[in-house]
Amino acid sequence: MRSKHVKRVDLIFEKIECKTVLEKIVGMKPDDICQEILNSDLKGRGGAGFPTGTKWRFTAQEKDPVKYIVCNADEGEPGTFKDREILDQVPGKVFCGMAIAGKAVGAKMGYVYLRGEYKFLIPKLNAELDKFHKTMDEFNQNFRIQIRLGSGAYICGEESALFESIEGKRGEPRNKPPYPTSSGLFGKPTAINNVETLVHTVMIMNYGADHFRELGTKDSRGSKVFSISGDTPKAGIFELELGMTVDQFVNDFGDGDTKAVQVGGASGFCVPRKKFAETIIGFEGMPTGGSMKLFNSSRSMYNVLHNYLDFFTEESCGQCTPCRVGCQQLLKGVEAVKRGEKNSKYLDELVKLAKTMKRASKCGLGQSVGNAFGSIVENFKEEIIY
Amino acid sequence: MVSLSINGMQVKVPEGTTILEAAKKLNFRIPTLCHHDDLCVAGNCRVCVVEQLGAKALAASCAVPVAEGMQILTNSLKVRSARKHIIELLLSEHNADCTKCYKNGMCELQNLSNEFAVGDHIFIDLNTIKDYTVDRFSPSIQKDDSKCIRCQRCVRTCEQLQGVNALTVAFKGDHQRITTFEDLSMAEVICTNCGQCINRCPTGALVERTYLDEVWDAILDPTKHVVVQTAPAVRVGLGEELGLEPGKRVTGQMVSALKRLGFDSVLDTDFSADLTIMEEGTELLTRLKGALVDKDPDVALPMTTSCSPGWVKFIEHTFPEYLPNVSTCKSPQQMFGALAKTYYPQTRNIDPKDIVSVSIMPCTAKKYEANRPEMRSSGYKDVDYVLTTRELARMIKQAGVDFNKLKEDKYDSIMGASSGAAVIFGATGGVMEAALRTAYEIVTGRPVPFEDLNITPVRGMDGVRHASVLFEDCKEEWSFLNGVELQCAVAHGLVNARKLMDGVKSGEINVHFIEVMACPGGCLGGGGQPIPTNEKIRKKRTEAIYAEDMSMEIRKSHENPEIIGIYKDFLGEPLGHKSHELLHTHYTKRERY
Repeated sequence: MRSKHVKRVDLIFEKIECKTVLEKIVGMKPDDICQEILNSDLKGRGGAGFPTGTKWRFTAQEKDPVKYIVCNADEGEPGTFKDREILDQVPGKVFCGMAIAGKAVGAKMGYVYLRGEYKFLIPKLNAELDKFHKTMDEFNQNFRIQIRLGSGAYICGEESALFESIEGKRGEPRNKPPYPTSSGLFGKPTAINNVETLVHTVMIMNYGADHFRELGTKDSRGSKVFSISGDTPKAGIFELELGMTVDQFVNDFGDGDTKAVQVGGASGFCVPRKKFAETIIGFEGMPTGGSMKLFNSSRSMYNVLHNYLDFFTEESCGQCTPCRVGCQQLLKGVEAVKRGEKNSKYLDELVKLAKTMKRASKCGLGQSVGNAFGSIVENFKEEIIY
Repeated sequence: MVSLSINGMQVKVPEGTTILEAAKKLNFRIPTLCHHDDLCVAGNCRVCVVEQLGAKALAASCAVPVAEGMQILTNSLKVRSARKHIIELLLSEHNADCTKCYKNGMCELQNLSNEFAVGDHIFIDLNTIKDYTVDRFSPSIQKDDSKCIRCQRCVRTCEQLQGVNALTVAFKGDHQRITTFEDLSMAEVICTNCGQCINRCPTGALVERTYLDEVWDAILDPTKHVVVQTAPAVRVGLGEELGLEPGKRVTGQMVSALKRLGFDSVLDTDFSADLTIMEEGTELLTRLKGALVDKDPDVALPMTTSCSPGWVKFIEHTFPEYLPNVSTCKSPQQMFGALAKTYYPQTRNIDPKDIVSVSIMPCTAKKYEANRPEMRSSGYKDVDYVLTTRELARMIKQAGVDFNKLKEDKYDSIMGASSGAAVIFGATGGVMEAALRTAYEIVTGRPVPFEDLNITPVRGMDGVRHASVLFEDCKEEWSFLNGVELQCAVAHGLVNARKLMDGVKSGEINVHFIEVMACPGGCLGGGGQPIPTNEKIRKKRTEAIYAEDMSMEIRKSHENPEIIGIYKDFLGEPLGHKSHELLHTHYTKRERY
């Protein structure tokens, strides 16, 4: 029997002595670090949920003497603002996580790719970075970190577009394979992790994998920082145990009139009230990079969908056909249906198009436009048409 | 070797092969748009997607390498539905004004639309929403963004093959466009007018500026005497545009067709190519003398060729400090043009104001070159109109000439005779080879020491090639060259030209004479040549060029009787007063964008 409520956790923002963790890491074998992370079942917190230990081990197995660690701090998903808070509150833990990753995979250089709008964090991060580098010197470690600033393109949060951007090129996703673990930044094996994921690895190395595994479910171990916004009396950042249902979530964060929750931002899914109880927030159900947006009955789901499509139409890099043109067609299409210029059956054509976009787009952006589109059209069709 | 199955059939291919190539082995053609044999993989149009059993997403077959045990379907329900959607999406964004389009019938998007029977246009027409203007400012290249499908072939061409980067991707999402620095017109930027982008554009977004109507008007004006010159590479390309296999030599039929079109005199750029060799060879020897004997510090070596207008504009923008190194010789087209309105009318007793000079070129940069202010030394515009090989084919079709049934005909005289050395101007390394054939003989009195005069070290498709020729037993007036090993370098494709010039700049490459052709393969791969192009096709055209050379009675420029004649009757001597006035020029530094 599930509790009616969600469980609050305080790991990510817990102030710990990073030096102690680093001291421990320095003496460890790289493979033992990978194994510990593997044992924890930690999955990437950026949204895609790739097992972190596997990613590190793949990178570690590459023979290239030059490898990179990249911290993806290009937090751009609409409704997500947790990485900003993490970088503001516990930047040392982020750098510590990168050092752990560096040790695990054999990298000497790390980059933080910081969202352009988070420029204000740079003085603070630089000050913390100086301290970090001194600590590394104390331990005779030559791992170094640089901060690179994005310029406001959503697509640069996609890992391969992010690499292109660091390399000084136009931020466009690459073809995969090859994957970053074999050919990433500057064509070198690269482990790229989300800010929160890296902090989790610090806590796993600090408290052990078992401590991490105590939280969450079989498929979604541990906790997650959520960015909660929309029609809620408690908007803000909360670290919660994974595996809750949307129902539990709404009980704690809703305003009593929640009709839908958008899980995972613009690229995520819209869960309508009738599916709250059956929908688990986690990798077995609705994965999320952290964005949870609540909508009450005063909201028009047409406007919500229009807003997302407008966003994607602008933020598609424009490189591949399904995404560049598909987004425009979905946007113009729902507008035409709303205006009565196209009949409601046209929505079925658009749903098919969204499927093509999911299957045929080059990167995660185009592939996920159909998530919001499909789930909103399916559940709120009448709001789109009338 | 990797084994996989495609549509249920087993195939073994080397590791690294793409799904697209593997499918080709089994005779399954997968449609493509952004893919081009000459360019790196883009994987952005997504037309080539295929289904990989067990994978959620479809794979872009041009970009994904094969893996052991892969099971691929190239025509499944999912693939068909996605492919049709993608073509429809492209069409919804495209200005599908097909019947009025210059590329009507030759458009890859149109072909795909036809193949997939995309007739019902389910999506909303996005093209009407946007405001495009066609860029017609360049005399060479016309750019129409409303027809662009963002495959980025042109951008990759400009970057990877030419190293020019005039075209680039700008903005994102629905605003994404292929544009230039600061959105300036193609006429105002670093574009060299090479037209390689045109050769690779699948639609009508990039096409040559056409002057067909102007040429027809001149031909059909009884008061005008219209002379036409044909560049060496046209004769090995034209056939492709008229339904023949690549590598077919059609010199005689082309002359015959030009006469039927109504040109008053059908002459040959090869004549002025021979003349270029006389002037440029002498210029090289004079520079060598200046450097070696007179020890003149102002003599610029290495000397580079100046036949390729794409190269000339490239050096003006990119290496202006090397402009003194560029041969002062005009290109064969412009030498011809200057003579067509001086020597030719004087000899034929025609008023030069009545002459219209037309040239058929494998090149789009020649259109720009003809419009340069430097190119009016006859007192008139030396070359009035430049048509590409493709435009000539169109003229032939318009006039209803049944090209493949034509009997071979001969060039008119004067300015119609040529040598084998001139025809190889059409291939990379050809100018170098022709120059060496003549220069060596001027200096030593003997033919170049290569079998059948074929200087094979300067031939081939390597981006940058080196060769050297040792001068021995020189004639008395050239005795200072005794024991000098003339060092030569050849580059084709501007990306290789840049490599070569960087080497010269850093001192790593130390040579006397450099030949650069802006286009891959030389003029035979020019921006005005038939589409498609790829290395295989260019090799066929190259073979044809060298076969043409071998078939010529005269193989050396200085033995061309009309060349001997023009020096006797009109020019005097190479680098003489008249030559300087008509056949030589200087170029100017330009901005780096």
